[in-house]
Amino acid sequence: MTNQNGRFGIHGGQYIPETLMNAVIELEAAYNKYKNDPQFNAELTELFNNYAGRPSRLYYAEKMTKDLGGAKIYLKREDLNHTGAHKINNCLGQALLAKKMGKTRLIAETGAGQHGVATATVAALMGMECVVFMGKVDTERQALNVYKMKLLGAEVVPVTDGTGTLKDAVSQAMREWTSRIDDTHYCLGSVMGPHPFPTIVRDFQAVISKEIKEQMLEKEGRLPDAVIACVGGGSNAIGSFYHFIDDPSVRLIGCEAAGRGIDTFETAATINTGRLGIFHGMKSYFCQNEYGQIAPVYSISAGLDYPGIGPEHAYLHDIGRAEYVPVTDEEAVEAFEYTSRTEGIIPAIESSHAIAYAMKIAPKMDKDKIIVITVSGRGDKDCAAIARYRGEEISE
Amino acid sequence: MSRIAEAFQNHKAFIAFITVGDPDLETTEKVVRAAVENGADLIELGIPFSDPTAEGPVIMEADEVALKAGTTTDKVLELTKKLRETIRIPMVYMTYANVVFSYGCEKFAQKAAEAGIDGLILPDVPYEEKDEFAEVFDRYGIDLISMIAPTSEDRISMIAREAKGFIYMVSSLGVTGTRSEITTDIGAMTELVKKSTKIPCAVGFGISTPEQAAKMAELSDGAIVGSAIIKIIAKYGKEAAGPVGKYVKQMADAVHKL
Repeated sequence: MTNQNGRFGIHGGQYIPETLMNAVIELEAAYNKYKNDPQFNAELTELFNNYAGRPSRLYYAEKMTKDLGGAKIYLKREDLNHTGAHKINNCLGQALLAKKMGKTRLIAETGAGQHGVATATVAALMGMECVVFMGKVDTERQALNVYKMKLLGAEVVPVTDGTGTLKDAVSQAMREWTSRIDDTHYCLGSVMGPHPFPTIVRDFQAVISKEIKEQMLEKEGRLPDAVIACVGGGSNAIGSFYHFIDDPSVRLIGCEAAGRGIDTFETAATINTGRLGIFHGMKSYFCQNEYGQIAPVYSISAGLDYPGIGPEHAYLHDIGRAEYVPVTDEEAVEAFEYTSRTEGIIPAIESSHAIAYAMKIAPKMDKDKIIVITVSGRGDKDCAAIARYRGEEISE
Repeated sequence: MSRIAEAFQNHKAFIAFITVGDPDLETTEKVVRAAVENGADLIELGIPFSDPTAEGPVIMEADEVALKAGTTTDKVLELTKKLRETIRIPMVYMTYANVVFSYGCEKFAQKAAEAGIDGLILPDVPYEEKDEFAEVFDRYGIDLISMIAPTSEDRISMIAREAKGFIYMVSSLGVTGTRSEITTDIGAMTELVKKSTKIPCAVGFGISTPEQAAKMAELSDGAIVGSAIIKIIAKYGKEAAGPVGKYVKQMADAVHKL
């Protein structure tokens, strides 16, 4: 994949304060040293397999397939990982790397709280200090995850600036990193931010597509026709796509959060409504106004509620290798309910965006076609919010 | 000689930062004039950004106020033009990469030059990313100001060699905002800078008192103050010009005495 000086085509780069430059240079050097180191990789594989529970299952959703009446549907069950989402893959990798670099403290941003929980979990495991920045609005809609992080020994800092959501949590984590670099690693949760983060996070998440490929060849003896994943910053999506990028027969489809619709202001669909910009350390597409002020985005899903997209996705969009489609709150909630009812699997509201799109295209595809949907996380955390969306108040 | 070089010519420079449009454009105009009349040698005009990741709470708040009041890049350019009719000292913009990039680098540079701007500070554009901006702004005679941080170490000479206008030395780790103490060895940083360039360097981040300003200017070529001025504006609102003028006089006097 194109990656000269941290660029994916025109996207990526290192648009950060000078104060952080030596930190990212040091991180890149450490990553280059360890990424092919057999011992590092053995340690990581051990953690993946015996702590996170990898490989995750590739499950044939027979009832969904029959009900939708078209393409055969497989679910890549990242929701079955320890901590209930794909986020643990990246956290284990980065924490192990940070430890090798002599760092003793992890900081992270979180939207839905999944990355925060995964970071807090790994920090507990490795005996590191942990501080998680989370938008105030998100601490309210994901209260259970806030409790979990505290239980795991992390400090949770609610961020009240701006819209009080994921973008503000990222900004605050960057500010914190600027003020304390020596002992602290910023465990960025998605394929975004300055180089080398988009590459590092992608590499740790690429285990998803590596496994899909092996599992699919074993089960079906061929590659899938489409791989579908939800995209906020885009880490589970790039992880699901990566080992298929050079297989042109495999359609790669990223599902963006359209919120109340891409023709409204209450959306977070970056590729569909944004334009080229520079923010949070990278050049990519961003939702913004005519003067480059970052737009206050909206989605029912706290994990997709971000005004940008990772630079590699922006590049895959530019070259036409991947498609990025908008999925509304309503469609995602219907998919959330449908998957629960049909397969007995409660998917995260983020992942439900991917399922919703599969539900649209599967019936139109031939029965000999195969779709893989990455279920990036489990939906327990979303039950109260979805109940509220449907007008039902429940207490946990 | 450029206006920026002139500002450092006769004595150490006092540099004042003001967020444009906080609380409104009329007040900004009065505050800038008050700062100039009271001895500021260079004015940094902040073009507000929605998500200023290098700023502490004080300037973040000012950006939010300015944007809510309807401040846009076009309005900032207009006000600059008006200020330039009577103001002789250098004025530079301080904003974030996306504000310039989104407006169009070329169009922004052209209009900023027409308005009489001398330099541009983009805290989220480090040495590695500067060319796409510097190349354009050079053609319009606008200096892209380079920043050097306490963590720059081995990068200092590389940055200083290509620096234009003046060098912005960041006094401390972290974001903008007043600090009770600055612990970085500024003298050592200056020494490294001076080995690689003849252009002046000024220290910013954390300076609020005349004593701090004098100390930082003594170790370099000038002192930059932002948050402390913005705090006065937040306190006095539309009536801020008088108190800002008074404050700038104290600070500029302390720096000029050296």
